[in-house]
Amino acid sequence: MDQKLSPVSKFFLIVIFVILYAPIFFLVFYSFNSGGTMYDFEGFTLEWYQELFSDTRLLIIVLNTLVVALLSALIATIIGVIGAIGIHSVKKRSRKNAILSLNNVLIVSPDVIMGASFLILFTIAGYQLGFYSVLLSHIAFSVPIVVLMVLPKLYEMSPTLVDAAKDLGANSWEVVTKVILPFISPGIMAGFFMALTYSLDDFAVTFFVTGNGFSTLSVEIYSLARRGVSLNINALSTLLFLFTIVLVVVYYFINQRLKTNGTGGRK
Amino acid sequence: MKQLVRLFLAIVIVSALLLWGISSLNASQGYSGDNTLTVYNWGDYIDPELISQFEEETGISVIYETFDSNEAMMTKIQQGGTSYDVAVPSEYTIDKMREEGLLIPLDHNQIPNLKNIDSRFMDLPFDPGNQYSVPYFWGTVGIVYNPSMIDNRKLTSWNDLWNPAFENEILLIDGAREVMGMGLNSLGYSLNDTNVDHLRAAKEKLDELTPNVKAIVGDEIKMLMANEEAAIGLVWSGDASDIMYENENLDYVVPSEGSNLWFDSMVIPKTAKNVEGAHKFINFMLDPEVSAQNTEWVSYSTPNKAALQLMPEDMTSDERFYPSEELTKKLEVYENLGQSNLAFYNELFLEFKMHRK
Amino acid sequence: MNQKVTRQLYMLPYTLWMIFFVIAPIVLVVYYSFLDINGDFSLANYEKFFTPKYLKMALSSFWYSFLITLFSLLIAYPTALLLTRTKHKQLWLLLIIVPSWINLLLKAYAFIGIFGTYGITNRFLEAIGIGTQQILFTDFSFIFVAVYIFIPFMILPIFNSLNQLNPALIDAANDLGASKWTTFRRVIFPLTMEGVKSGCQVVFIPALSLFMLTRLIAGNRVITLGTAIEQHFLVTQDWGMGSTIAVFLILIMFLFMALTGKRKRGV
Repeated sequence: MDQKLSPVSKFFLIVIFVILYAPIFFLVFYSFNSGGTMYDFEGFTLEWYQELFSDTRLLIIVLNTLVVALLSALIATIIGVIGAIGIHSVKKRSRKNAILSLNNVLIVSPDVIMGASFLILFTIAGYQLGFYSVLLSHIAFSVPIVVLMVLPKLYEMSPTLVDAAKDLGANSWEVVTKVILPFISPGIMAGFFMALTYSLDDFAVTFFVTGNGFSTLSVEIYSLARRGVSLNINALSTLLFLFTIVLVVVYYFINQRLKTNGTGGRK
Repeated sequence: MKQLVRLFLAIVIVSALLLWGISSLNASQGYSGDNTLTVYNWGDYIDPELISQFEEETGISVIYETFDSNEAMMTKIQQGGTSYDVAVPSEYTIDKMREEGLLIPLDHNQIPNLKNIDSRFMDLPFDPGNQYSVPYFWGTVGIVYNPSMIDNRKLTSWNDLWNPAFENEILLIDGAREVMGMGLNSLGYSLNDTNVDHLRAAKEKLDELTPNVKAIVGDEIKMLMANEEAAIGLVWSGDASDIMYENENLDYVVPSEGSNLWFDSMVIPKTAKNVEGAHKFINFMLDPEVSAQNTEWVSYSTPNKAALQLMPEDMTSDERFYPSEELTKKLEVYENLGQSNLAFYNELFLEFKMHRK
Repeated sequence: MNQKVTRQLYMLPYTLWMIFFVIAPIVLVVYYSFLDINGDFSLANYEKFFTPKYLKMALSSFWYSFLITLFSLLIAYPTALLLTRTKHKQLWLLLIIVPSWINLLLKAYAFIGIFGTYGITNRFLEAIGIGTQQILFTDFSFIFVAVYIFIPFMILPIFNSLNQLNPALIDAANDLGASKWTTFRRVIFPLTMEGVKSGCQVVFIPALSLFMLTRLIAGNRVITLGTAIEQHFLVTQDWGMGSTIAVFLILIMFLFMALTGKRKRGV
């Protein structure tokens, strides 16, 4: 598919990308401000970056955030895909709708309520607050988004595909791994990235269920707000942002390479 | 499919590496040892050097955790599940925590430095006899303003704000007690008034202010005021000193009708595991030199009389932040009004927010 | 082993998730909604909800959510469509998601800087002779930033369903002499309805309970149900009233799901 984009379309996309990245460039720009604030650019400095690297506590928090995001997104994706396949296989429409509605409760619930009710649950269960309680909660609120991302793909899959595979003698494990999963994999990827986004963005839920020295970046940033967010947070965001961009681009091209070298099949 | 498996494997490996990194960093900081003290405080509300100094002097490793609102902090302590040894709530929260039995009484013998605290700030209604709390920082609620943006007028009272000349020039802090308090004070009522008619009158008076109000905001008020987004702001004195540090054009005034006097105090929550260490920490923070250093770093007003002696004259003689005894008499500390009165304050405040000109 | 049992065993993680993190919190929230401020059992909260104040708030939440969803869709659909025609489409898609990994509070601060009286936007308006406008703390800035935040959530499902379209269908439509617009209206859009629907679900529902932006960007001039819940949980500590509003949000969500679920059969 090598359709050329018209100039108007190109312009439209450029505008969208500029707007999407404008606040980030704003943050990056001020991370070099010697003035120490986010509005009055006085001069160029790398002071904030130096300060950042000498702050071990912040470094631990960043690593915590990444681990929780990656693991929770991964586990939520697995649970969500299973759930989506399960919902898809439910025959009765009313029952399906009921499950789906329950599935979406967490998406509509305001973070504060989710956080408070999870906290009450963990306390009733006598569960220690810390890494695992945060991880569990992040998995919990990411599952529904994965289900929502995967379901449309399942609906697009024609039922004859599964029947054909079964006729050819595939058992149900093979049907799932060889037919269903490859077909819905774009949905799975979408779900995974959404889950990652939810986890990285979450403040309120994490705040309630964290404890015993465990903290994530957003909790830290929000608690800084009372005294003013200092620019080393900008510096940190800049580095994380660059790191992510590099990672995404490298990941993409490695995948391209592997794809052309491998079976060469298009998804 | 292969692609998926590959991605997932990569994630597992990366996570394992990160976890290993965290645990080795934690170990290098001594966070995983037995002799630890968990301090639960506002973000950026202590000079980090002092934490290291305390660690060196006592051999206790400090875990510093942060919260962003009194209410959220209290919920965490209420529910348990994590052990905080020292926390720094504001005075009205201390009253509530005391009532609900969330605090451990302090052993004054273990805090000899308590004598350094100015007697004006001891034995206040929210904690008689300082049984549970020791003041950490204090301040007022007042008006921060930019004279150059309002034709060099001088503001002295709450009622000045109702001047039609200030259309769309006022930022308010998002706090029911603070905003309602301004309404009550401007009418000559007490900040702790619970008379329904007085409260309604205050709300109606506030409705008249709506054309002048540009926005009701949170902590970002500091950034907005320093950036001259509006000419006038209702703020806590701590924020005011930050704002004036950023932008020297601004001035701060505690209105003549009276205002609020607030405290952030150190307490030991009932979840504490290291009560002895907590006392040591509190005592350490009250040391004159430590307190002076901390005050210069945080730039709020300290209740520590001995520390004031060690601080620069221009800081301690600033009447805006260390008001005279005379003005202090007009200031009121928030009393715990009880759930239903507080709910009424909040209902009125919500109605005020929804009121459109 | 019995096949039904195996299937239920697979579904176990999802079922457990649903019991502990969906059903249990709902039960808690419903229980709290019947407690008045003194902790006594009563219907006072429901009576309070049906006063003009809260009904007005509910209506305005709906209105803003509707606008946010509408604008998100209007921008996301063409973006997704154009993205599917670019060369490295998966990479561009990832780059659409990346900005949402930067902390929301920081991005909001950046927007305050961008929209402020002395911000970039106003300097630009000044330069082209329009003059300084109040942008911050207006409905415009609120909707703009909300759309900004939700747009990746809208693009992703739409992109996925567009990407899955069989190009042969479009070719066929073209061969049959359909104009571009007819092809879009009759072929492309109906076939991507599933994606549009899940996009609307993940935008409209959370938009009802937005709270941070109402203060940061709208200066509390927009009060949504989410703001009220936040207030009741964290400031008033009237969990009963907060829960009552949450119960209504959940009911609204069930209703919304039922409505979007039905339309499917019509297509």
